[in-house]
Amino acid sequence: MRQRARIFLLWLVAMLAGGWVVWHSRFSTDLSFFLPANPSPGQQVLIDQLKEGTASRLLMLSVAGADAKQRAIVSSQLRARLAANPAFVSVQNGEHGSLDEARDLLLAHRYLLSPAVTPERFTVNGLHAAIENSIDLLSSPIGILFKPFLTRDPTGELPEVLNTLDAGSQPETRNGVWSSHDGERAMLVVQTTVLGSNTDGQEHAIALIRAEFAHIAANMSAQARPDATADTATQALSPLSLQISGPGLFAVESRATIKTEVARLSTLSTLAIVTVLFFVYRSPRLMALGLLPVASGALAGIVAVSLVFGTVFGITVGFGSALIGEAVDYAIYYFVQAGRLGIATWRQRFWPTIRLGVATSACGFGALLFSGFPGLAQLGLYALAGIVVAALVTRHVLPPLAGDDIRLPPPGKLVSALPDLYRGLRRLRMPFIVLSLLASAYLFTQRESLWYPDLSALSTISKAESDLDSRMRADLSTSDARYMVVVSAPDREAVLRAAEKVGHHLDALVESNRIGGYDSPTRFLPSAATQEARRSALPPAETLRANLHAALAGTPLSAARLQPFLDDVETARTGPLLMREQLTGGLALAVDGMLLHNAQGWTALLPLRPAAEQAALPQAEIRQALAGSGALFIDMKHEFDQLYGDYLHEALWLSMAGLGGIIVLLAFTQRSVRRVGASLLPLLMSVVLVTAGLHLCGERLHLLHLIGMLLIVAIGSNYALFFDEQKILDGDTLQSMSVANLTTVIGFGTLALSSVPVLHAVGATVAPGTLLSLLLSAIFVPRNHDAAH
Amino acid sequence: MTRNLLLLVPGLVSLLVSLCAFGALESDQVMAELAAHPGGRARFVEKRYLAVLDKPVVASGEMLYRPPDYLEKRTLTPRPETMVLDHDTLSLERDKRKLTINLSRQPEAMAFIDSIRDTLSGNRQALIKNYAISLSGTIDKWVLTLLPRDPQIAALVLKITIGGSHGQVRNVEYLQADGDRSVLSIDPIEDK
Repeated sequence: MRQRARIFLLWLVAMLAGGWVVWHSRFSTDLSFFLPANPSPGQQVLIDQLKEGTASRLLMLSVAGADAKQRAIVSSQLRARLAANPAFVSVQNGEHGSLDEARDLLLAHRYLLSPAVTPERFTVNGLHAAIENSIDLLSSPIGILFKPFLTRDPTGELPEVLNTLDAGSQPETRNGVWSSHDGERAMLVVQTTVLGSNTDGQEHAIALIRAEFAHIAANMSAQARPDATADTATQALSPLSLQISGPGLFAVESRATIKTEVARLSTLSTLAIVTVLFFVYRSPRLMALGLLPVASGALAGIVAVSLVFGTVFGITVGFGSALIGEAVDYAIYYFVQAGRLGIATWRQRFWPTIRLGVATSACGFGALLFSGFPGLAQLGLYALAGIVVAALVTRHVLPPLAGDDIRLPPPGKLVSALPDLYRGLRRLRMPFIVLSLLASAYLFTQRESLWYPDLSALSTISKAESDLDSRMRADLSTSDARYMVVVSAPDREAVLRAAEKVGHHLDALVESNRIGGYDSPTRFLPSAATQEARRSALPPAETLRANLHAALAGTPLSAARLQPFLDDVETARTGPLLMREQLTGGLALAVDGMLLHNAQGWTALLPLRPAAEQAALPQAEIRQALAGSGALFIDMKHEFDQLYGDYLHEALWLSMAGLGGIIVLLAFTQRSVRRVGASLLPLLMSVVLVTAGLHLCGERLHLLHLIGMLLIVAIGSNYALFFDEQKILDGDTLQSMSVANLTTVIGFGTLALSSVPVLHAVGATVAPGTLLSLLLSAIFVPRNHDAAH
Repeated sequence: MTRNLLLLVPGLVSLLVSLCAFGALESDQVMAELAAHPGGRARFVEKRYLAVLDKPVVASGEMLYRPPDYLEKRTLTPRPETMVLDHDTLSLERDKRKLTINLSRQPEAMAFIDSIRDTLSGNRQALIKNYAISLSGTIDKWVLTLLPRDPQIAALVLKITIGGSHGQVRNVEYLQADGDRSVLSIDPIEDK
């Protein structure tokens, strides 16, 4: 009795300690689950972009309903209200004000920004040429854009600055604001202050947008009501509605999905398993004891992940419902088998088989620990810690706590019939052999198209959400920057200088029309060195006045009108340099989008654009042009594909290693090639049948299905081992195996119901796989004797 | 961006109109002539009178119009520049730099261009919808005055005056809201 209390206390202390760790764990549902643990430099850029890039902070809004005029008013009011909120760095809807602001800023700092500013430009000859050029420009249709600034900017620095702009396409404009192509929705783009990886912050920002919109829409409909009675047409208009898309929204929704799924799936799986256990045990006490190893295992899993990784992914916790189904097996074996045979016999006869089963399962999950895909490594550790602790608790804690008082209901008709039933299965030998051969042949013919070749298969974003996102992107004419040149440096000034240096290389490629163009943070934020050089090129007021007088000879422009020019140059010459903090709105957005700052230092991104009628960039040429400059050329799409390809490749290796581990274990204990082969055959048949079945059902197979196949072998081997090691399988043993299998199928089966692709894939593969493993083991693993005599 | 484009529009109007020969003073007749106009080539001299400059800036070159929707203005002096309006694409080439704008993406600008097209294809209703029109003078020396109705356009250009003799436009003048004006003289090139 004292020993029981001591063991229970020890267990309780361990559980409490575990509970404390879990309470202080950090849970996360962000993209890190999918991002490589040891990225290449190219992948690092990808990760930074996804987690901290400007794109990750952008939300696209579209306002539908009512009529175009009302939508424009809503768009305008929404912009005003959101722009006044510190939660947003910038809000763009195509209104003129925002563009004028950018132009005024560029005009004010033109002498620091214009690449044409050199000492020669302010000599008599330089001024004359520049002014002549500006006057020529006035005779052009576009001259009218610059005419208002001629007396301030006779050398045409503003056109020079604007010339460097990479002319991206603009969204359509209706009623003065951005609109979708079909004109049915007003479009806005906002940038949140918080990072894209800050899901709480994104959730707050999205709630703010929705609240402001609801407020404006309510006001609009209140104003529209008096008209509505007079004009029946107004009543027919559909109500105003708001749609939001963007990485932040995806993060928030995906978190909500994972949260509800974790709760829903665990509850479902627990309820179903408890029901099954109740029918087998018919005793609340045994049921409570039976759940002890499960609870311990689930807790241990989270504790292990928390201690090793620091952060626990929501998806990992979601895997718990499968773990419950698997971990409960050991207690079932114990109660059903030991209940009839006594503890001593159980330990001697069954425990070695169960221990070997735990070891093969551990081999499967353990292989995942070595994955560079952090989500997979976590799942592996979680399940490994979970089943090992559940088995240990079953072996060492359960017997003293349960004592000798394990009274199960007497075997019913069904249990007595089990041996005959399982023997009867053997008649299905030939059909299953034929079916497996057919499945193998089918998989062989489909081998090219078996795997879905895209990381997006793992994403929780639904088809509808992804379609909405594409449509809004098309409406806003934004495209993902696919090609980039990346330079890194320890500080901002150094990275800007590096970007300028790379810019010179790229200018040559633009000149020879090898690339269409490029963008750079230095267009709006040149390095301090460049700005200083430009500022020191500006002559003192007296020199400039004298030079200007001489330069104006023969031009239709008189010096008397150009005092604003002299003033502006003097202001720039004696003024401060342009700092990042002075940039606002779209300019700030553009610069921040191309400058990343993290613990390792600063990174500048220079997006490249192919020349017109150029399908792809001449990558080799670009790499050659950049050779030795320390800059990195990156094709983002290639990096993404590469990332998934690496994961798949690695998962294949890990599966092989896991399988290898299981074979070694079996070989070590069974010491017979024939027995190992006989144990493995039904498992491999299950894998083939399940894979072919899933593919036939139209399931897009990806790397988590592959992991599922490994788990079929790892978990299914438990059943094969029972058939192989236990020479006599009576009704009780078969009952324990059937119930254990049923709970495992329930656990993974609930995972298959998940809308989170990672969980669904594992569930949909392992649930039918383990069921088949049991049946096929019963059919194919040879036995010397059969029970029931 | 839209506003910037609208700035270009008055110039386009004058260009398009200048290339059309007016047959008579009777406006219905004018419209009929417009609809039947085969297009053609012309030399132009454009003088811009700007308050800020002591002398006007002068540009010259050639224009080509192919109905219904191709217009090319090739400036030769003081600096080569080519502007082409082809269907709904406006492109501008200058100093090896080429700027192409798809006007269909800017429905407000497009609507305006369309109204000019309607005019050229003889759609008098469209012209009247966009401009207040008055016609004066004699058949030897007539003047057609267009006052834009759209406030967005009127904020840029106050008045477009087209002068001609018999079937030929001789000059187009437009007066901008800031008082600057531009005078385009046209000399058709007879294609033999």
